[in-house]
Amino acid sequence: MKAKITGLLAGAAMSALCVTSAMAEDLVIFWAEWDPANFLQELVNEYEAETGVSVTVETTPWSDFQTKAFTEFNARGSAYDMIVGDSQWLGAASTGGHYVDLTDFFKKHNLGEVMAPATVKYYAEYPGNSGTYWAVPAEGDAVGWSYRKDWFEDPAEMAAFKEKYGYDLAPPATWDQLLDIAEFFHRPDENRYGVAIYTDNSYDAMVMGVENAIFSYGAELGNFETYEVDGYVNSEAAVKALEDYKKLYSYTPPGWAKAFFVENNQAITEGLAAMSMNYFAFFPALLNEATNPHAANTGFFANPAGPTGAQHAALGGQGISIVSYSNNQEEAMKFLEWFIKPEVQKRWAELGGYTAHADTLSSEEFRQATPYNEAFYQTMFKVKDFWAVPEFAELLTAANQRLYPFIVGDEGTAQETLDALAADWHATFKKYGRVE
Amino acid sequence: MSDLTIRNLFIIPTIAFLIIFNIFPLLYSLGYSFTDFRASTNAPANFVGLQNYHYLLTDPFIWRNFTITAKYVIVSVTGQVIVGFGMAMLLNRDIPLKGLITTLLLLPMMLSMAVVGLFWKLLYDPSFGIINYGLGLGKFEWLADPDVALYAVALTDIWMWSPFVMLLSLAGLSAVPKHLYEAAEIDRAGSFYTFFRITLPLVAPIVMIAIIFRTMEAFKTFDLAYILSSQPTAELIAIRLYKMAFLEWQTGMSSAFAYIVLVMVVAITNIYVKYLNKVKER
Repeated sequence: MKAKITGLLAGAAMSALCVTSAMAEDLVIFWAEWDPANFLQELVNEYEAETGVSVTVETTPWSDFQTKAFTEFNARGSAYDMIVGDSQWLGAASTGGHYVDLTDFFKKHNLGEVMAPATVKYYAEYPGNSGTYWAVPAEGDAVGWSYRKDWFEDPAEMAAFKEKYGYDLAPPATWDQLLDIAEFFHRPDENRYGVAIYTDNSYDAMVMGVENAIFSYGAELGNFETYEVDGYVNSEAAVKALEDYKKLYSYTPPGWAKAFFVENNQAITEGLAAMSMNYFAFFPALLNEATNPHAANTGFFANPAGPTGAQHAALGGQGISIVSYSNNQEEAMKFLEWFIKPEVQKRWAELGGYTAHADTLSSEEFRQATPYNEAFYQTMFKVKDFWAVPEFAELLTAANQRLYPFIVGDEGTAQETLDALAADWHATFKKYGRVE
Repeated sequence: MSDLTIRNLFIIPTIAFLIIFNIFPLLYSLGYSFTDFRASTNAPANFVGLQNYHYLLTDPFIWRNFTITAKYVIVSVTGQVIVGFGMAMLLNRDIPLKGLITTLLLLPMMLSMAVVGLFWKLLYDPSFGIINYGLGLGKFEWLADPDVALYAVALTDIWMWSPFVMLLSLAGLSAVPKHLYEAAEIDRAGSFYTFFRITLPLVAPIVMIAIIFRTMEAFKTFDLAYILSSQPTAELIAIRLYKMAFLEWQTGMSSAFAYIVLVMVVAITNIYVKYLNKVKER
């Protein structure tokens, strides 16, 4: 009997050890629910085939992504080993101790050179220019534009446009042209509208949309070194940019007061708008005839230049970080070593991921792979981002509270809006001791 | 097993549950409300006294949220009482299929808030929404118009919760002794007089209970408004509180905010309860 019990206990102990060992080899990556996460799951399946270590990409809708991630961080939970977090989380997640410092890893693999400069600056480094890195650039992304090629290439439309505006109808190279084209195609009586832009103020959508204008008009959100905002976010150029963004809103389809990526893709798939703003990561659905009846007639262009010729775009995309509370940090580090290999990055791009790997990104093969990859490649060298400080969410709330009533509600002037925003941001930075 | 043991067996788990999940978090968050704690950082909580309360009570955005919420509560609860009581009056008579009609009228309040929000978003859609089509309003933007969005949310709330008021009112109406109406009829009292001197005074206590419940709920409304509109003019305090606590992770500040809201709800409820007692005493 005693031998039986001993045997049973030994068996149970062995089973427990095996379970622990198997669990140690299971990695969980947390990301938002969208196509790139599915592509990443396909990629990591290949990692499992190579190493036997299974990796699961767990997702949640975008609207919950930040809340769920930080709830887990705050609880010091080990549910996720890695997280593909938004660029603006870097400050909060690194100073909060939620991310593992990847500086040594970064330097060992020379990632500052291997990855595209903008992705290193915005997805990995915090504080800016500190040489401290918290993430490996994983999914590059930025805001671009899709448009209806058949509308643009219709001879009658081309002639009418030339007669009205004095130049040829083509994808806009400047914001002035963007406004003209939006106005030209805005025909509510025909259920045809000029443009679809971001207006959702529940997270960062509308602010990213406005940034597209502000950056290309040569303005800045503030001085990222000194945290001064007065004279930057409310500069003359920023005011003009905001006025024009509001003008674009007047050319959107009805009910466009809470629009983000789903609605902006629908503007094209449902034949509503001539042009639509969206992150490049959402463009694959526009080339799929199953989801877009106008797929053959959908074209893409980069965010146009502003009046001074400056051309920038709001940054999207994310870096992959190791969570401090993970029990599998060593295994996660091995995964990252695999992930940054050039052949893996190439495969990542083939699957549909937007690689941040500079060589892969600049290869002809990548740039010709889809109709929008060239625009994406061009854009990734011109991107700028929102504040990545720990209090970024408060800055975002203030921006939403100030910008939305002006753009959608027609309240006040652009100058009043941005002056108020500058005052709010200054008060927030003062509260956190960043300015006097 | 003694009576005392049985009593303890029933009461102790409930008390323990209340202490662990209600009282303890309540006191814990009260403590946080006097600190600068942020759950998203590893930094310790520093005592800041009444600073959070001062900041919140002097922040014009927060006062705007309170004003919006007050407007919403008044419109929504008034609408629910008028519609709900009106429906109860109609149903408090012998009509064919009364049971079926009552059941159908109760359906909205049995639906999930999120489902109602999503459906009404479609109904309000300026392009294909049935409301604009039915009223011939063209492409009127119910949820995007800053002057209308809040009332559109309140209208949805009225649709959803009027049946609740109707149900309670119906119970009150059916409890009014029939002989009072008969006596009034013998005295040749008009319907106006009968309503204001017999029906309303007798039903008022139960309608007041419905108003208390609905006011408390309307004050806390989150999901319906969150789903329906992005308009800052429709940002109720519960939405602002959610953003402060779970998007901005201002834990100390949001705890103070929650306490301010709690005190307000308790104060309003107390006013109602006092009034209810007065009505009962009459």
